[in-house]
Amino acid sequence: MSRTSIPSPALSRRVFLTATGAVSLGAALSACGSGDNSGGSSAAAKPVSQSDIDKAMRTPTELTFWSWVPNLQKEVALFEAKYPAIKVKVVNAGQGIRHYTKLRTALKAGSGAPDLAQIEYQAIPTFTITDSLLDLGPHGASALKGKFVDWTWGQVSGPKGEVWAIPQDTGPMGMLYRKDIFDRHGIQVPKTWDDFAAAARKLHKADPDVYLTNFAANEPAAWHGLLWQAGAGPYGVSGKSDLSISVDDAVSKKLGTYWGGLAKDGVISTDPDFTDGWYAGFNKGKYATWLTAAWGPAFLSGSAKSTAGKWRAAPLPQWDASKPASGNWGGSTTAVLRSTKNAIAAAQFAQFLNSDPASAKLFATQQSFFPATKALLTDPSFTGDAAPFYGGQKVNELFAAIGDTVDPAFQWPPFYDQAATDWIETVGKSLADKTDTGAALGAWQTRLTTYAKKQGFTVKGT
Amino acid sequence: MTAATAPPAPGRKGAGPRRRSVAGPLFVAPFLILFLLLFLTPLGYAAYLSLFQERLVGGTVFVGLDNYVTALTDPLLLSGVGRVALFFLIQVPLMLALALGFALALDSGLLRLARVIRLGIFVPYAVPSVVAALMWGYLYGPDFGPFAQLSREIGIPAPNFLSDGWMLSSLANVVTWEFVGYNMIILYAALRTIPHELYEAAAMDGAGPWRIARSIKLPALKPALLLTLLFSVIGSFQLFNEPNLLMKIAPDVISSSYTANLYAYSLAFTGQQVNYAATVSFLLGLVIVIASYGVLLTANRRRTP
Repeated sequence: MSRTSIPSPALSRRVFLTATGAVSLGAALSACGSGDNSGGSSAAAKPVSQSDIDKAMRTPTELTFWSWVPNLQKEVALFEAKYPAIKVKVVNAGQGIRHYTKLRTALKAGSGAPDLAQIEYQAIPTFTITDSLLDLGPHGASALKGKFVDWTWGQVSGPKGEVWAIPQDTGPMGMLYRKDIFDRHGIQVPKTWDDFAAAARKLHKADPDVYLTNFAANEPAAWHGLLWQAGAGPYGVSGKSDLSISVDDAVSKKLGTYWGGLAKDGVISTDPDFTDGWYAGFNKGKYATWLTAAWGPAFLSGSAKSTAGKWRAAPLPQWDASKPASGNWGGSTTAVLRSTKNAIAAAQFAQFLNSDPASAKLFATQQSFFPATKALLTDPSFTGDAAPFYGGQKVNELFAAIGDTVDPAFQWPPFYDQAATDWIETVGKSLADKTDTGAALGAWQTRLTTYAKKQGFTVKGT
Repeated sequence: MTAATAPPAPGRKGAGPRRRSVAGPLFVAPFLILFLLLFLTPLGYAAYLSLFQERLVGGTVFVGLDNYVTALTDPLLLSGVGRVALFFLIQVPLMLALALGFALALDSGLLRLARVIRLGIFVPYAVPSVVAALMWGYLYGPDFGPFAQLSREIGIPAPNFLSDGWMLSSLANVVTWEFVGYNMIILYAALRTIPHELYEAAAMDGAGPWRIARSIKLPALKPALLLTLLFSVIGSFQLFNEPNLLMKIAPDVISSSYTANLYAYSLAFTGQQVNYAATVSFLLGLVIVIASYGVLLTANRRRTP
């Protein structure tokens, strides 16, 4: 819904779990070809020679790139100017889950898949488990490691040093808050989660129409981001079929008790996000903070115009104030599909698009993407931006610093969509219904373990 | 050629069936080919798929009827089917009664602006369901929806239309709003085909408008009513769009297995369990066939005596 009604670039960075696509059952069935995805393990990772690259880049080629990023043509033009022989056709195949569904269908059918695709961080393992992505390491991508923020490189790297994708934009998490509401009720910006909980109770008591925050019961991405901040390792993949799932371990339980407690006491709201009611909530001052990602500031300034100037940004409250940490929510990468016939040109495009300084900068200025390259994150023209919506605060600088506190080791399961849906139906539901979140975590763990076993994984649980 | 070989009189008797035997299949062929390609093939393919199990690790294995055994005891599927059955029992009679009422009222010729009203009732059917869900989502909204705001003004608590207890009724309301016009048009068209002489004869016999409606119009409408009922059986059991769209604003109430169709969809696209999704779809198809057949059977039995 919001996807079609609000053409905001920032929206592209969140996962749309609830596919609004009315794909008929017929399509569902025709989508399930018995395609063979035995792509074979990556053949000898021998570096591609420069002469081969030069030759490929001079050969007239058309690359197809599936991406939902608006106005991508501007960045593509930079590439085409440098390599006139290569034409890049950008196709918008939907966003988030719709895009992945089409991609998966094309990959199974064995034809119709693009050369490159937009892939979010959490979806990378979903595609590497089926051997669908090309290792960009031999194409020179390993050399780019130093250019990108550490945790983003951790996200795109495989266990054997493969480079599955090139980071494009990111979403380290922070807190946006209404300074006016805080001031009116004498609330200090909470530094720790304990402060935050106390503030939530105080604020709601002082004004029952206002909640310190809204924890969207349909937003597993935010939960994962907060798990990430808390230092959890909910998923671990070792080898091809061994998997550890511990979404109800001690760290998760701590989080569950915390948010479940606040929700049960009714001092935070749990409205689903990116809905009309949620937008209205921001505009009418129902929520005093938004725990969001680095793309949030640009998004909010476009969606809650009536509250301009009243917002400020701060890091997330901490579990341990002496060791500031954050997690990531959103952002995406460019990946090359293994089925491509133009591997060299596609790999060069993926790298150019995201690491070329001019192209990377365009993403920040045109699409208001939050950058993944170190160069841009220390570029004064980016960090010095003082947005009037935030009272002239240098929000980019703040989030750039937060990015350094994101743990690079966090891993995603090879079936994120399932994990996300199950979260909504267990943990999310418990928050919305004010029921036992601890029990819900256990149900989530059981569902995921059952699912993983059905899919043939060997599962180690908590 | 045929004319030359066939003797005049007895030939006509003999040539008739022979000619038909060539022309018949030819006429039926376009239908049969399309039927085979677009209906039987996917159906057969789904049946074939439902006998396998594809895993992320380990590939595809033949499992026979295992998927069916799982599905028949799957509480998520059973509750989904149960929910749409309940939906069918409550929503469909209501919607058809409304559609019938509107059709009779329009046909009576007593309404002013009949054309405008007819169009007005039909328009929701033309509204894309995405737009419809967006609109109803706003109307139902517990914070900023008009009903919620109005009741807050008056000071009485508004029902939360998006809560667990109300959701099925809220969905029924949206579906009724969408499809009343569609069914009304079918019934209205059927009413227009009733020969006027019947009304004149009835009027001569002293029947008033109510009597005419009951004794002439209603019996004449039976086939059309049966048709709308059949459409509604299929529509109810395949309920997908509306819950799928309201899911976004009420994720804690509408789960991915809220209706059987939604369940099949999320199995295939969220869980990548295409084989199990095929099984669920196949079983759902079976349920629909049985329910439709049941409706036909009851209707026919009632008509025969």
